[in-house]
Amino acid sequence: MRFSNLFFAMMVLFACAACRQPGKLPIYGPRDVAPGQTDTVYKTIPPFSFLNQDSVPLTQDAFKGKVYVADFFFTSCSSICPVMHRNMKTLYDAYKGNPDVLFLSHTIDEKYDKPSRLKKYAQKLGVDEKQWQFVWGPKKDVYSIAEKDYLVAVQEDSTARDGFVHQGWLVLIDPDKRIRGAYDGTLPEQTGKLKKDIATLLAEYKK
Amino acid sequence: MRLRNLTLCIITVATILGMFLSCQSQEELDMRNYLSNGRSLYEVKCRNCHGEQGEGLGELAPPLTDSLSLKKKKKQLSCIIKNGLEGEIQVHGKVYNEKMPAFTELTDMEVAQLIVYITNSFGNSQGHYPYNRVTEDLKNCPSSAQL
Repeated sequence: MRFSNLFFAMMVLFACAACRQPGKLPIYGPRDVAPGQTDTVYKTIPPFSFLNQDSVPLTQDAFKGKVYVADFFFTSCSSICPVMHRNMKTLYDAYKGNPDVLFLSHTIDEKYDKPSRLKKYAQKLGVDEKQWQFVWGPKKDVYSIAEKDYLVAVQEDSTARDGFVHQGWLVLIDPDKRIRGAYDGTLPEQTGKLKKDIATLLAEYKK
Repeated sequence: MRLRNLTLCIITVATILGMFLSCQSQEELDMRNYLSNGRSLYEVKCRNCHGEQGEGLGELAPPLTDSLSLKKKKKQLSCIIKNGLEGEIQVHGKVYNEKMPAFTELTDMEVAQLIVYITNSFGNSQGHYPYNRVTEDLKNCPSSAQL
């Protein structure tokens, strides 16, 4: 009787250990198997090119082999963006100077948020390093990459106070361009979790 | 006779004193109500930009800790909250030049509650501000949002 209890407890323990790989974050997004292959093909962020705050084209090459956090915002936003960027700034400050961690904010306001406006915004936020890039792109490109690739809903909406509605996700991307997490940037606890998960992800790639 | 006069006198003084004291505590009671409602409103309407502790956000949103500025602009606070603000302002000697949105949906009472909360938090302590003063202040708002 006692032995069978112990056996049962051990089974449960093994089951738990199997379903949770310690020190590894899940991989999000649809997955597929390439024809004739056995490896799983994960969803990855496709190549992109946007203008950054210095009006210089920024492509995916800048993020090669890096962990980065991406989000969507606009500078005249008075609802969730200020608090998102307040929280993101704590991450930026925590990983400042770490060449393996980058930040990428896309504006969804094509008309107003020209690169010069983004530059001013970044400076006023207290971001002066290349480690956090603010990018502008044609509406269709930005909206498409948001919804299809980063899985963040963005939309123009004349009934909203500032003319846009969007989700406040901070999306964590690994060096293989895969989504490894999405965190509500308006909540300090979620941002705290993201901070830890960045460290977990960095450790995963150090091995 | 003299004793009666004295008693009457004491009763009168006590009544007046009592009225005065109860008036004060009524104001204190009001202020406490304003403060707690003001806090909830602050969390919904203001905290995103001005921060949990009124610390502001970089150079994008000014802090609410400049007591002197707040005192000087007390009569304009209602208009700023209700109609928003554009143009350059100085807070703690630093220049801010961003647009603050208008909160036209707020009632005079809610504006007063916010003013009481803000001017009695974050190191400020400027006492009560009843809603009828907000109504009065709002009559004299500048035509544009510029101040």
